[in-house]
Amino acid sequence: MRRLSARLFASLLFVLAGIAPAHAEDLIVSAAASLTDAFKEIATGFEAAHAGAKIQFNFAASGTLLQQIAKGAPVDVFASADLATMDRAQSQGLIVVAERRNFAANTLVLIVPKGSARPAAIGDLAQPAYKRVAVGNPASVPVGRYTQAALTKAGLWGPLEPKLINAQSVRQVLDYVARSEVEAGFVYSTDAAIMKDKVDVVLTVPLEEPVTYPIAPIAASTHSAMAKAFVDWVSGAQAQAVLARYGFSKP
Amino acid sequence: MEHAWIPLSLSLKVAGWATLLDLLLGIAIGFALARLKFPGRDLIDAMLTLPMVMPPTVLGYYLLVLIGRKGPIGAWLYEHFGIQLIFTLTGAIIAATIVAFPLVFKSARTAFESVDPQLEKAARVLGSSELAVFFRVTLPLAWRGILAGVLLAFARALGEFGATLMVAGSIPGRTQTLSIAVYEAVQAGQDDTANLLVIIVSITCVVVLVTVGRLSPPRTAG
Repeated sequence: MRRLSARLFASLLFVLAGIAPAHAEDLIVSAAASLTDAFKEIATGFEAAHAGAKIQFNFAASGTLLQQIAKGAPVDVFASADLATMDRAQSQGLIVVAERRNFAANTLVLIVPKGSARPAAIGDLAQPAYKRVAVGNPASVPVGRYTQAALTKAGLWGPLEPKLINAQSVRQVLDYVARSEVEAGFVYSTDAAIMKDKVDVVLTVPLEEPVTYPIAPIAASTHSAMAKAFVDWVSGAQAQAVLARYGFSKP
Repeated sequence: MEHAWIPLSLSLKVAGWATLLDLLLGIAIGFALARLKFPGRDLIDAMLTLPMVMPPTVLGYYLLVLIGRKGPIGAWLYEHFGIQLIFTLTGAIIAATIVAFPLVFKSARTAFESVDPQLEKAARVLGSSELAVFFRVTLPLAWRGILAGVLLAFARALGEFGATLMVAGSIPGRTQTLSIAVYEAVQAGQDDTANLLVIIVSITCVVVLVTVGRLSPPRTAG
């Protein structure tokens, strides 16, 4: 028994030893959920080109990321899925304004579970056959704000509101549709492309304000040179090629 | 900000139903496992205790897979009754019931096991039926222990977040419970709403704890 306790204690120490602070050259990048796949690949290229650099990602809805940064999270670079969230970061003095730039664009699409009934127009979502429609929560998820703007303009936000299921990020909307828990959902075309085998794109939603992705180093970053290097890298040819392959367009 | 009361009432509804269901299930299953001896009893006990140990997200995922539209249970319910559990308050109640169940079940089993069998025997000798023995001797003697578990279950169900968010989503006025409303307010940077909700949660918890203290009989009487 005593030997067992000793072993347990030893393994506990071993586990605890693993909880060390981030490595000196670890760059923490908070990026919009829709950038998940493209950014992971971009990071591989960046790390290969910059000896010793290691990117740690924090993917979530842009609004969520902004709140974390505003509350003092040790983030080095912020990439959001809309200008509004980055504007708020800027007005709170959180980013290096001189290095802020737009690096990608996207489109909003209406998706349905693979093989299910396809509405001919957005207005068809008002029909009883569409019981639940997933959208990003407009309060913190950019895709939800784009959706809200488009539906409001079409005079549909009010009528559809009882059917709307708020999701925590664009990827959650995608997941709800892929699992057929909702009859339709609004995501970016790049997200729909990731789950081609589970969702069908019905139509592209026209937007007055195009989906634009800004990126900027965080003012409080302790790795400002590396943060700037990453921001530059994302606008560079290699990263832009990756983004294009995932379906993002130029801003 | 009156809409802060809606999440509170939803939370109380979820916790209330979950506690009631757990009370019935926990007493029945706790009694069965305390009294019946059969092979695999320990395994069943471990399985029923799992929700207490597993991360709520794992439970949420299990539930999503089982009672979702494409899940074996969810698909059956939808085809035969047109019932969809995901994104409903019923879904939230199911999640909370499962998460809080081990607290009632564990304390019920322990409480039943600590009842002196001599007292039950005496009641039987005096002509009481098995049902009467259970309700007039066993249950009253075990009640203190069960009640402690029930109150903990209520508190756990009231604070349930992970599994609920995955199963019931966050629909304001329908499935957005207090803990989820706090999360949403913080995500959106609405600190005023968050502050108000957090105060409501804290007061509710204190009220629950004080009520608990009043309800439970003094130790000497037990």
